[in-house]
Amino acid sequence: MAEFGVLDVTTYEALAPLLLLAGTALLAFVIDSIDPDSTSHELIAGTAIGGTLLSLAFTAWYLLDGVGETPFLLFDSALVVDEMALFITFVVLSVTSLVLIGSYDYVHDMHHRGEYYSLVLLAATGMVTMAMANSLVTVFIALELASLPSYALVAYLKHNRGSVEAGLKYFLIGAVSSAIFLYGISLVYAATGSLLIPEIAGSLDNVLDEGILGIGILMMIGGVAYKTASVPFHFWAPEAYEGAPAPISAFLSSASKAAGFVIAFRIFVDAFPIAAMVDLGIEWMIAFQVLAVVTMILGNLAAAVQNNVKRMLAYSSIGHAGYALIGLAALSNTGGANELVLGGALMHLFVYGFMNTGAFLFLAMTEHWEIGRTFEDFNGLATQAPIASVAMSVFLVNLAGLPLGGGFWSKYVLFAGAVNNGFVWLAAIGAAASALSLYYYAKLMKAMWLEEPADDLSLPDTPTGLYVAIIAAAVVTVALLAAFGPVADTAVNAAASLLA
Amino acid sequence: MMIEALIAVCLIGSLAVLAAPNRYAGKLAFGVSLLPVVGSLWMFSTFDASGNALLADPAEIAFYTRETWIELGGLYTIDWHVGLDGISLPLVVLTTILTTLAIVSAWTPIDERQSQFYGLVLFLEAALIGVFAALDFFLWFVFWEAVLIPMYFLIGVWGGSRRKYAAIKMFIYTNVASLVMFIGFVALVFGLGLDTFNLADTAQALVLDGAEPDAAPWIDANTLKIFAFFAMFAGFAVKVPVVPVHTWLPDAHVEAPTPVSVLLAGVLLKMGTYALLRFNFTMLPDVATDFAVLIAVFAVVSVIYGAMLALAQQDLKRIVAYSSVSSMGYVILGLIAYTVYGVGGATFQMISHGLISGLMFMAVGVIYNATHTRMVTDMSGMADRMPVVVGIFIAGAFGYMGLPLMSGFAAEFFIFLGSFGAVDAIGSLAPLFTALAMFGIVIVAGYLLYAMQRTLFGPYDLDTDYEVGRAPVHDVLPLFVLLGLIILLGVAPDLIFEMITDAVDPILPGGDI
Repeated sequence: MAEFGVLDVTTYEALAPLLLLAGTALLAFVIDSIDPDSTSHELIAGTAIGGTLLSLAFTAWYLLDGVGETPFLLFDSALVVDEMALFITFVVLSVTSLVLIGSYDYVHDMHHRGEYYSLVLLAATGMVTMAMANSLVTVFIALELASLPSYALVAYLKHNRGSVEAGLKYFLIGAVSSAIFLYGISLVYAATGSLLIPEIAGSLDNVLDEGILGIGILMMIGGVAYKTASVPFHFWAPEAYEGAPAPISAFLSSASKAAGFVIAFRIFVDAFPIAAMVDLGIEWMIAFQVLAVVTMILGNLAAAVQNNVKRMLAYSSIGHAGYALIGLAALSNTGGANELVLGGALMHLFVYGFMNTGAFLFLAMTEHWEIGRTFEDFNGLATQAPIASVAMSVFLVNLAGLPLGGGFWSKYVLFAGAVNNGFVWLAAIGAAASALSLYYYAKLMKAMWLEEPADDLSLPDTPTGLYVAIIAAAVVTVALLAAFGPVADTAVNAAASLLA
Repeated sequence: MMIEALIAVCLIGSLAVLAAPNRYAGKLAFGVSLLPVVGSLWMFSTFDASGNALLADPAEIAFYTRETWIELGGLYTIDWHVGLDGISLPLVVLTTILTTLAIVSAWTPIDERQSQFYGLVLFLEAALIGVFAALDFFLWFVFWEAVLIPMYFLIGVWGGSRRKYAAIKMFIYTNVASLVMFIGFVALVFGLGLDTFNLADTAQALVLDGAEPDAAPWIDANTLKIFAFFAMFAGFAVKVPVVPVHTWLPDAHVEAPTPVSVLLAGVLLKMGTYALLRFNFTMLPDVATDFAVLIAVFAVVSVIYGAMLALAQQDLKRIVAYSSVSSMGYVILGLIAYTVYGVGGATFQMISHGLISGLMFMAVGVIYNATHTRMVTDMSGMADRMPVVVGIFIAGAFGYMGLPLMSGFAAEFFIFLGSFGAVDAIGSLAPLFTALAMFGIVIVAGYLLYAMQRTLFGPYDLDTDYEVGRAPVHDVLPLFVLLGLIILLGVAPDLIFEMITDAVDPILPGGDI
């Protein structure tokens, strides 16, 4: 990417995507608070979407320009802007843009729209901060900044019992997980005397007590597993995704998950390098291997038995967390393909950001049309909404990993990396889980395309925003089949720089 | 860039047709599909047959393009890599011609959601051309799987009464098979330690350099090769289909609408035998030779059993469907012979069967359009009312039986000649296998003549309420085109056989690969 190298970004300019996003969140809030009753929906949605797209544009520009190849460290290294941070920022912002565009129709007739947009933007700010966090304290603050708006967003439909209940569950489990995570941080601090991620790695030689460190790491794994909705900390996810407004389900299951993974990658790869940890007798990879296997298997098995499409997607999203966990599980001290494994996980999060967001936004559209949630309710939908059904089929086919889009590549690279590192069994379980997933994705396709529509199936209107978001996501998903090269390059570079 | 142009025309055309109103979709799709026909015929006329897809020097293959597609961390590259040789070019021409004819034959039976139907058919055409042109494993796999999706919808939405069952069965069977095949091939390449998925490089490493895959300590090179061979064989055998994994095919055929049956029998089944030739028989000839007798048994069983099943059917379409199982068995027999006539004849049979089965399905389709039944017991004396269609049906059946001056005769003759002389591969059992397979022709003649005698001849009688009249011109015209091609290839097999043997020669023992 060196040929683009015309930018001379200074340290603070490197924060532009983050600052723009935070500024937009506040701006949206200000606009709404001037006259909450008559603020135009177009104005506030336009501000939110415009700010996010601008921030996304900055991120894309930085990525293409190679900003981040030498990391920018800010605030005594508490924040870092490197390729990894920009890559995940790009994923988070892409998802946020799609979700905001899709939300326009979804919240059109609801109250508190200003708060809705501000909360989404604030949560996104938190997720971007997670991507840039370089100190355990920043990680925690960013995590909370992302989580608190999310709790409110899940319960946004406050006259809907499911939504409120989901919000409450999400909040309670989130609070407990945060506490566990924070306790883990304190133990790690006690053992190593440092909170900065790179410094922790440096102080591993004179750890006070391996036992304390080990327990700290285990608790942090718990916190990460919660945030990424990995088994066994996944119980909140189907409830929260099902109860939440569908665009928020999209947001949480794609962006929030990507952000959760980036802190996992940074903490475990950077702060606890494999070689040093093996010397200390703490092999955290094994924990991730167990997590990856049970998450892939349980997520996909549970998805296969659902009758409710939203729950099916929720469980499939858990299954996908399992694939991404391979990024940590298949790292090895001796393997030569570590950057391919970790890069593969980053690639998967990237493609997943589009295909999963698109799939949930499709559900947002069916909710907007007041179509039910069981598979039968989707019968014959293709006769009424062929274009949206094509887009949804694209997402489903890619989630399953068939080679009609980027979903194939990311899964392939991930599994190939695992095989190259000697984890044939992990790849085999992943492949088997993928094969199983085809069953339930095909079930939805069958309902949409092959079944006869119910007699009274008619769609009231054409929600423009949702259509734009869904088609954009589908086009990107398909285009990634041909144009996967840059994504793969960036992801592998980001992974390699983290592993170095 | 001709191959890219063909694929692009089909894809863009597919989108255009999807967007077109239902009323014009059929005509528009026909117009679009003429472009690839012209393109592929131009390629055919300017073709330089000196290349083979798996030869060392890529410049020798016609219409070659190679661009880096994805590089993965310096570990390996995946290329956009296409080209055509004497084996794949005739299949591409077959694909373009059959697609156009299938589109025309769809005008009568397809009466709902036309734009989606024709859009999917054109998408299918793009994927099929890609399968035959791709020279990088990943590119090839993308096209291979891309065939499945339109097929699933084409059968599932527009098919007969049990269409959902048939579509899902086809999808699951062939998709699981693809996964097995994928694992087999990737294991082979990982084992060889190649930095590319280029098919030619893989073939070179295995055959010319005699490289042995050496993947993991717990599996030795020879076992890995055998594993890879059978994983790929299993994957392709489902597509062919070989008995006993053929059961998806009759269901798919019977439920599919006529134009889709035409493409399914005419082109899709050839993907399986084409892949067997390209992958199993070219890359791992020693494993194939070791297990030649087993494979030949599969082939002969497919021939005889498929024919016997056809004999037992009461549904005209089912009869033609099962006969495909039988015909594809001949192809496998020709391939395992490893002689110029065997492998060349097998390739010739792929083309010939594509034309003849296409003709038969279309003819059955036209009869069905008129009578709304396909059951042998429901009709008799159709020749009285539909003399032209019935005449063509009879001619097609004669082609199937292998009457001289029709392409079926040339194909089967080459195959038997090749397999009879297959000393190296199936050794002393060659005459026995050949004789058994030849007996299949007798059964073919049996079931076709028996079915025709009951349905076409005798006094006119029809057990439905429909009045049988003349078929519209656009239903009959494709039949004439196909019959013309069948006779043309029967009279002058050298039109394509020469280019086929040019490409086949280097693959055989003692050849260049």
